[in-house]
Amino acid sequence: MRDRARIVRLPASLLLLLAACGGRDPASGRLGWYVFDERSGSFEEAARRCSDASAGAYRIEIVPLPADADQQREQLIRRLAAGDPDIDIMGMDVIWTAEFAAAGWILPWQEEPAAAVSAGRLEGPLRSARYRDRLWAVPFTTNAQILWYRADRIPEPPATWDAMIETAQELREGGRIAVQGERYEGLTVFFASLLASAGGRVLEEGAGVVQEEEGSASEGAFAVPRDAQGAALEGADSGVALSPQPTREALRILHRLATSSAADPGLDRAREDQARIAFESGDASFMVNYTFVWASARQNAPEVAEHMAWARWPAVLPDRPSRVTVGGINLGVSAHSPHPEEAFEAAACLASEENQRIAAARAGLPPTTAALYDEPAVRETFPFADLLRETLRDAVQRPQTPLYADVSLAIARVLHPLGDLDPGAGALRLREAVARALRSQGLF
Amino acid sequence: MGPRSTEERLGWLLSAPATLVTLAVAAYPILYAVWLSLFRYDLRFPDQRAFIGLQNYLTVLTSPLWWESLMNTVVITGGSVSVELVLGMALAILMHRALFARRTLRASILVPYGIITVVSALAWKFAFDPVTGFVNPLLNVEHAWLGERWSAFLVIILTEIWKTTPFMALLLLAGLTLVPPELLDAALVDGASRRQRFFRITLPLMKPAILVALLFRTLDAFRVFDTVFIQTRGAQGTESVSVVGYQTLITRLNLGLGSAVSVLIFLCVVGIALAFIGGFGTELARGEERG
Repeated sequence: MRDRARIVRLPASLLLLLAACGGRDPASGRLGWYVFDERSGSFEEAARRCSDASAGAYRIEIVPLPADADQQREQLIRRLAAGDPDIDIMGMDVIWTAEFAAAGWILPWQEEPAAAVSAGRLEGPLRSARYRDRLWAVPFTTNAQILWYRADRIPEPPATWDAMIETAQELREGGRIAVQGERYEGLTVFFASLLASAGGRVLEEGAGVVQEEEGSASEGAFAVPRDAQGAALEGADSGVALSPQPTREALRILHRLATSSAADPGLDRAREDQARIAFESGDASFMVNYTFVWASARQNAPEVAEHMAWARWPAVLPDRPSRVTVGGINLGVSAHSPHPEEAFEAAACLASEENQRIAAARAGLPPTTAALYDEPAVRETFPFADLLRETLRDAVQRPQTPLYADVSLAIARVLHPLGDLDPGAGALRLREAVARALRSQGLF
Repeated sequence: MGPRSTEERLGWLLSAPATLVTLAVAAYPILYAVWLSLFRYDLRFPDQRAFIGLQNYLTVLTSPLWWESLMNTVVITGGSVSVELVLGMALAILMHRALFARRTLRASILVPYGIITVVSALAWKFAFDPVTGFVNPLLNVEHAWLGERWSAFLVIILTEIWKTTPFMALLLLAGLTLVPPELLDAALVDGASRRQRFFRITLPLMKPAILVALLFRTLDAFRVFDTVFIQTRGAQGTESVSVVGYQTLITRLNLGLGSAVSVLIFLCVVGIALAFIGGFGTELARGEERG
């Protein structure tokens, strides 16, 4: 009799424990900010400052996400598709705006607050937060790649990719160019920047836009690309631009780089960090990478940092300045949030100038408000502030389509490994793959 | 109607609760996956869900990516299981014949199996790293192991072998202990050599255990995911079918297509199990009657 009671007690107490663990009180005024774990603590600081400034209306709690953007997206979309009410504010990569907006996972800003938070922001980051003429997120930080080189080995930075490859091949030591060649988003970024610098684009203007009216049930397509008047674009390549000339030029450079002696042996597995390490170890005299490498080199490889110089991302055509894709973090409000008004307020506060200053100083994340680039403190963190602002002014967006994840996967798959790329055939395969991706067809 | 059938009925009744729970937990997801695979269903556009019958299967089966990943999976499975069988047998014999520190030996051999797959995959990834790993200096080569298809396969298969040979060895050890030592002694007296004793007596008597070990390991190896995902993320043409399923289902949130991939994997696994049991079922039954 006693044994039976004991047997019942244990599972019962476990059940009670489980019940106590779950469920948050929705009225507590807690806002969940899902963003990657920023290790210098600048995001924590921003959350704390905005919570204090709200005078008790809300309290922002950071829920850390992985450092890798793809993994952040995976963590978020699962919860968003399931309607998780725990997410209030999200740190969104700039490429997710179209996808999240079309899926109804984020809320658009109203006209007045949108105008308020857009004031003074750089054009590139701002456009990344807009989709179909509405503002869906507030730009917080931004990023773009520039060219880093060893001033002690190269007197004058090369103006074009071809020139850079030739220069690197002639160097006796450290004659490598560190780029990102792994099959991931970074490769799509690389290709998109080269394509834009060659004057091309991946998608036609306005293509890849999801229509709300259900008219394509029989076609097996999710996003039927339509033109400005709303008529469906016919043809296998509807929506895909990728004009032959710029595409072939971009692929030619990728292929040339990968097959030259300037290519890193680990090119096919190289991401931003591998490129940084190659530069810091002295193996590479050139590197295209984001601005975080500046602080990293000062800390990890001071002998290299003292000869580290910067220049604009190399051009593809000699008479046309380069254009790179813009990166960064936008703050969006979840559509399933139980406190949307507070979340909008909090997001606007988090992206304010002071918090951008803190993020710039501590985490090395470039701000999105143009005026900050003139401030001495920011210019001290980013000695290349003018170059960065100029680059961001000319920056392009990656294809703004709800199916961007599929498009990016398709591009990375066709291009990787860079050494096997044939410019002519590759351009054709690229067009087919992107067209398929826009119709959400095919197994990638 | 005798005592035997009432006993049988009692047996069924007693095991009914467990069977029902297992069916609910295991069968429901499988049936739901089959149901989902008949739809065009992308979680990003849940309103555009539509019934399309077997079209998803058509898409998968006509995709070169599926067949390539199937071949990759077969390569990884075949490569790892065959080596594991031989190594596992060697280890089993070692553990069986150990003269001293038997328990320590058995415990230490199990250590790789006790390590989490992700950790072991990462450990070997770092070991084969061209810049910071120890393999390149050890072998005196300059090779980006995970940068090329076949060397990446080698690393993946090696990691799998390192991780699960202990499991094979354990299963084979169990079979080894069931071989009656009197038979071996009698053969020794009759003048049989060591090789003859092993191949003519030990192995045939161990067949049921070998088949069970092979069945388990092949089923597991076919569904390999962690190692491939951690080491190459499926790049360099090393994608296994599970990685394809993951990318379709979780990265692209395409429930219809992803469920079709999952169901196809399930059918392959069932096929493997049937092949083993059907082809060698008589062996297993004979083993049961004797054991």
